Amino acid sequence: MAGTVPLHVPGPRTGVSSPAATESRAVKWVLISLAGLVLLWLIALPLLIVLVESLKRGLDVYWAALTDPDAASALKLTLLVAAITVPLNTIFGVTAAWAVTKFRFRGKGFLITLIDLPFAVSPVIGGLIFILVFGSHGWFGPWLSSHDIKIVFALPGIVLATLFITFPFVARELIPLMEEQGTQEEEAAITLGAHGWQIFWRVTLPNIKWGLLYGIILCNARAMGEFGAVSVVSGHIRGETNTLPLHVEILYNEYQFSASFAVASLLLLLALVTMIVKGLLVRKNAH
Amino acid sequence: MNVTTKAAAVSRRRLLPGFGITMGFSVLYLSLVVLLPLSALLFNSTGLSWAKFWDVATDARVLASYRVSLSTAAAAALIDAGLGLLLAWVLVRYEFPGKRIFDALIDLPFALPTAVAGVSLTALYSQNGWIGSLLEPLGLKVAFTPLGITLALMFIGIPFVVRTVQPVLEDLDRDMEEAAATLGASRWRTFLRIVMPELFPPLLTGFALAFARGIGEYGSVVFISGNMPMRTEIAPLLIMSKLEQFDYAGATAVALLLLLISFLMLLVINSLQHWARKSSR
Repeated sequence: MAGTVPLHVPGPRTGVSSPAATESRAVKWVLISLAGLVLLWLIALPLLIVLVESLKRGLDVYWAALTDPDAASALKLTLLVAAITVPLNTIFGVTAAWAVTKFRFRGKGFLITLIDLPFAVSPVIGGLIFILVFGSHGWFGPWLSSHDIKIVFALPGIVLATLFITFPFVARELIPLMEEQGTQEEEAAITLGAHGWQIFWRVTLPNIKWGLLYGIILCNARAMGEFGAVSVVSGHIRGETNTLPLHVEILYNEYQFSASFAVASLLLLLALVTMIVKGLLVRKNAH
Repeated sequence: MNVTTKAAAVSRRRLLPGFGITMGFSVLYLSLVVLLPLSALLFNSTGLSWAKFWDVATDARVLASYRVSLSTAAAAALIDAGLGLLLAWVLVRYEFPGKRIFDALIDLPFALPTAVAGVSLTALYSQNGWIGSLLEPLGLKVAFTPLGITLALMFIGIPFVVRTVQPVLEDLDRDMEEAAATLGASRWRTFLRIVMPELFPPLLTGFALAFARGIGEYGSVVFISGNMPMRTEIAPLLIMSKLEQFDYAGATAVALLLLLISFLMLLVINSLQHWARKSSR
């Protein structure tokens, strides 16, 4: 199962069809208009309302919401969590993809299913399990509290929950890509006397770099935007364990709508940048 | 012949370096980050007995939350299947101005943090929101009703359908459609008889993906649902509120059920994808 879909490159056009095998112009434009309306209603309006609501009470309020110390520390925490989780899951993604696609072994399908698991699990459960392991009533709870180590309701808990949620992103992007590319080029390199690292850096990496980059930006978008799992383990301590998405919720529940949407607009920006990078990568891939 | 191919296969299997270390690291990391924590649900320390599990699982409020989660997720995935087919069709088959933006927008629900989707949908559909205020005179309430939950899940699920159907539609051989047209079939008939059978497996897969995502979804739903027990309380939220009351055993029981449903969906999706691959060959 996928929480995402592999980087999609539009396929080649299959010649121009005869008029009998296409719709009439009228039908075509009706369908395009309908699709446009659906897109406008379902996706573009929610995007637009974030901007409108955030600027409703003027730029001053907008700016004040973003420069508020709590917002600033939420931003810092969000960036910190992403800076820890994304590289870790990237390293895992590359090694797992190497192990899965460059060798044949029994139980490969099962391993891929296990890698996909976090996509299938509700984010709330993704947080709950770390409470059950590290919380005060959890497996390691008594030991942790006697050694004065805080995991849940602190940074380590947020990092763990985010690691869990974003676990499959890079691996999932690379596995189909590397599967398709096979092992011939690497095998040629080895007969020419290259050793492991050389093969990876000189042969494999150049082949997978755009897919890898796409996996990383998706992983990053989710790491910065994760709400459910982080909400369970964060403890919602302002200025300490509050990430940007949680800050949106807190402000919203306090009826500070403009401020809430101002912070939300930051996250929207993250989403837009992610989409634009994806667009660029698709075009790169097409060439 | 058998011996040599076997020998070749064995040597091929380990021709490239790094199997031991990459495999070892992957399995270790997988165990630490995913498997071990997940197993805490099964071998929990919260004193969840079978009796307690059964009590929680058959509690009226818990059952109602599953009913809400399953029905809204199914409705949303079904509508998404229809809308997603339309979007994918238009994207693959037609050229029109603004197509690239159109294509990019479809990914927004993947990239947008769910909390942002939640607050913006609520703002749109609340009583004085852009759409909510239009529907209010018609007596149609969206925010804080199951309709609102369905809408949020539609937003979350639509890219799954489009991005599953789109590649299949692109690879579809147009010759069959041409042949049908030459033989005198109407365009509509060709679509139903030639195109739809090919699109059915990916549509079903997209539906299942959207449905599975919808069951577990939390962030985009909590704001618009109103969270009324028995009416608009979804299962993930119930886990959350049980946690807030320090009812760890109760939360674990609800989560176990939810996890079971998710695993079933994972199984269904895997076999669907297998089937889709086979039928496309």
